[in-house]
Amino acid sequence: MADLRTNFAGIQSPNPFWLASGPPTNTYGQVAKAFDQGWGGAVWKTIGEPIINVFSRYGSVDLGQTRMMGFNNIELISDRPILENLKEIAEVKRNYPKHAVIASLMVESKREAWHEMVKQTEDTGADGIELNFGCPHGMSERGMGSAVGQVPDYTCQIVEWVKEVATIPVIVKLTPNVTDITYIARAAVKGGADALSLINTINSIVGVDLTTFEPQPSVAGKSSHGGYCGPAVKPIALHLVSAVAADSSVKIPISGIGGIASWRDAAEFIALGAGSLQVCTAVMHYGFRIVEDLIDGLSNWMDERGHRTLADVRGRALPRVTKWEELDLNYHLLAHIDQNTCIKCELCWTACEDGAHQAIRRLPRVNGGPVVEIIEEACVGCNLCAAVCPVQDCITMERVPNDYPAVSWKDYAAGKGKLAPRSEHFHTATWSKSR
Amino acid sequence: MDNVGSVLSDAQLATNFADIAPPLTNDAALLEANQCLFCHDAPCTIACPTHIDVPAFIKKIASGNLRGSARVILDANPFGHSCARACPVEVLCEGACVLNDRDEQPIKIALLQRHATDYVLAKKLKLFEPGKRTGKRVAIVGAGPAGLACARDLRRFGHDVTVFEAKDQPGGLNTYGIAEYKLKAGVALAEVQDILDLGVELRTGVAIASLDRLLTEYDAVFVGIGLGSTKPLGIPGEDLPGVVDALTFIEQLKTHPYRETRVGRQVVVIGAGNTAIDAVTQAKRLGAAAATIVYRRGESDMPCYRYEYELAKHDGCGFRFNAAPQRIIGNGSGAIAGIEVRTSSGTETIPCDMVIVAIGQGARAELTWPKDHPKVFVGGDCANGGAEIVNAAAEGIAAAKKINEFCSWRTNG
Repeated sequence: MADLRTNFAGIQSPNPFWLASGPPTNTYGQVAKAFDQGWGGAVWKTIGEPIINVFSRYGSVDLGQTRMMGFNNIELISDRPILENLKEIAEVKRNYPKHAVIASLMVESKREAWHEMVKQTEDTGADGIELNFGCPHGMSERGMGSAVGQVPDYTCQIVEWVKEVATIPVIVKLTPNVTDITYIARAAVKGGADALSLINTINSIVGVDLTTFEPQPSVAGKSSHGGYCGPAVKPIALHLVSAVAADSSVKIPISGIGGIASWRDAAEFIALGAGSLQVCTAVMHYGFRIVEDLIDGLSNWMDERGHRTLADVRGRALPRVTKWEELDLNYHLLAHIDQNTCIKCELCWTACEDGAHQAIRRLPRVNGGPVVEIIEEACVGCNLCAAVCPVQDCITMERVPNDYPAVSWKDYAAGKGKLAPRSEHFHTATWSKSR
Repeated sequence: MDNVGSVLSDAQLATNFADIAPPLTNDAALLEANQCLFCHDAPCTIACPTHIDVPAFIKKIASGNLRGSARVILDANPFGHSCARACPVEVLCEGACVLNDRDEQPIKIALLQRHATDYVLAKKLKLFEPGKRTGKRVAIVGAGPAGLACARDLRRFGHDVTVFEAKDQPGGLNTYGIAEYKLKAGVALAEVQDILDLGVELRTGVAIASLDRLLTEYDAVFVGIGLGSTKPLGIPGEDLPGVVDALTFIEQLKTHPYRETRVGRQVVVIGAGNTAIDAVTQAKRLGAAAATIVYRRGESDMPCYRYEYELAKHDGCGFRFNAAPQRIIGNGSGAIAGIEVRTSSGTETIPCDMVIVAIGQGARAELTWPKDHPKVFVGGDCANGGAEIVNAAAEGIAAAKKINEFCSWRTNG
């Protein structure tokens, strides 16, 4: 069976699955229960001067039958006294010595305040500290959270203050609400961070009530932008994790966060460079029990693929993330429709006709015969038809071989290499109302 | 009943006995799995006698972890394959699905279970290992679902297991007695093989008449011998050649090419339990022009499940309620001419050339066992009076646990 043991910046855990800082890690009872059910670590709900929360804090984006495809919140950091939180962290660490227990901190931007907070935290025996430089709502209005994480100099400064006293690993949690996250990542590294975690939530308004015009989630008729998370944000998180992981001046471990709900999501984050994984929304939806299939699924997949440890998987997809200008222009694809499994919905036709390249032909519906066929000379191999097709593997993208060596745009623009011949028939849409 | 075998073509017979609930495609399984709400303390799991963690195995199908999904199922129930096909899910897991309360169709739990467990058979995965050898030896009498479920878990505990089976093939009613359109013998035997592969010694063709020797040679004995033959009707004419009991009829059908099973033109099935339905539908599917249930009580008294009744009606079977069989009438040349029944309006003869008796099985008389012997454990139909595969499996598993405790206690004490 695959070895899932994790060493993240010196922090040990039995598996890479940690609870992200948030509502599920608010108390001793929750974290202890989660560890008993299999979670490898937990980042405590952010501690700081206790705040006062509003009522109505979460908003959900449902997509068809799927509830909470996206999710946001306007909840602030812990509303419990600092000492109470620290006492419970110490208790968890004492009772679960082999699990990763990490304190998430957020205090006002003063050197002494940070020093005092870090020292108190270290007294709990916690394995590490995560600096919450990412919370995008409420706390940022008070000069904390993403207000720090959006300015490289502030980020670097506070990490330096923390590192002046910290003896345990310091993880800096990054906000995605910036133009280029790698600048912030580098600032954290410059300040002495031992590791990074990303992404924190994304600024969002999840919807508007069309009767009352109240944005959601509504608090006495008004709302405020909140942090967006859940399965919807995974692609953004995957990109940002890979961007930071690929940055040659970063080179410190990355804890991947953002929409992880299944072992497949986890494996993707690891393949793009994540050293541990943090989960929150999926637990808020289904409970701590989801960790069983996270572990079982990841482990079965690793066994099937012959990966013995997480190191065998980590970063394996990174070399395949490249600049557009380096992609091969002579790699040609053609859509292929399996007429035996086609259910004749014509979704591919309408998508291609209106939304892409007019490369599918409609045929009369007679005798159960085919109703759509690819116009090979017009198809640009874009994937849209395969993406909309409701039948698994009915539309596949087939390689069209040619004798031309690979040529990137970079080379081609520099006068090097030759383009394989392409059809002259692109963009032939014609329309007359009478048709 | 002169005609031997079916009047139908091979192709028609194959169609008639094809799986009544065909497997889901990958697409359909994914869609269905994603409809599951993943309830906590789920009613489906509570409703299952083996308490398979249904939401967990469905979630694993949704996540693409089919191996893990099948393990959840088979860990709780070694007969996960056959239960996926033959369980009365309408009154168990699917009947308990919370979506029923939202006025929707319940999750297709049985088909999803089949999807996950078929993957194991197709890939020939070995999901379980025998436990560390304890040196304890357990004898199991009867290789049906109860005995083999018990054997599987005893092997996982590390005990040596020998199973004695009177018939030629293991599997009990799974192999010989489930309606062909629900479960084929090949699947039942493949499922059994998985259990035997854990190192269970199987001795077929061995009828145990007394436990005495087993009790001296083994540390514990499990009795799972099922029920005996169909009870007699106790009416004149029941020894005519065209009278057959339902289990013999179904066993014949399941162990021979379809066309080799004798079926009449006009078949009467006496009884209205689930076995009677299996008999009447299969007589019809074999090509009987008419197949009719004759039941001494009313429609609402039928012991069969409602959906089994619906299936028989859908198959075009007939029903005569409040008709008590009086005698089976011969045609003078040894065959059957009809059956005389008493109804509220008097006596009447229903013409037929074959009578299938399905009025329930009696206890098995060949073997008795001490009721309070500490080394004797019992489960399955012979203990519960006749229930589903899933009940037998649950009882076999429970007995394995008890036997394990008993053996450990004897070791430590």
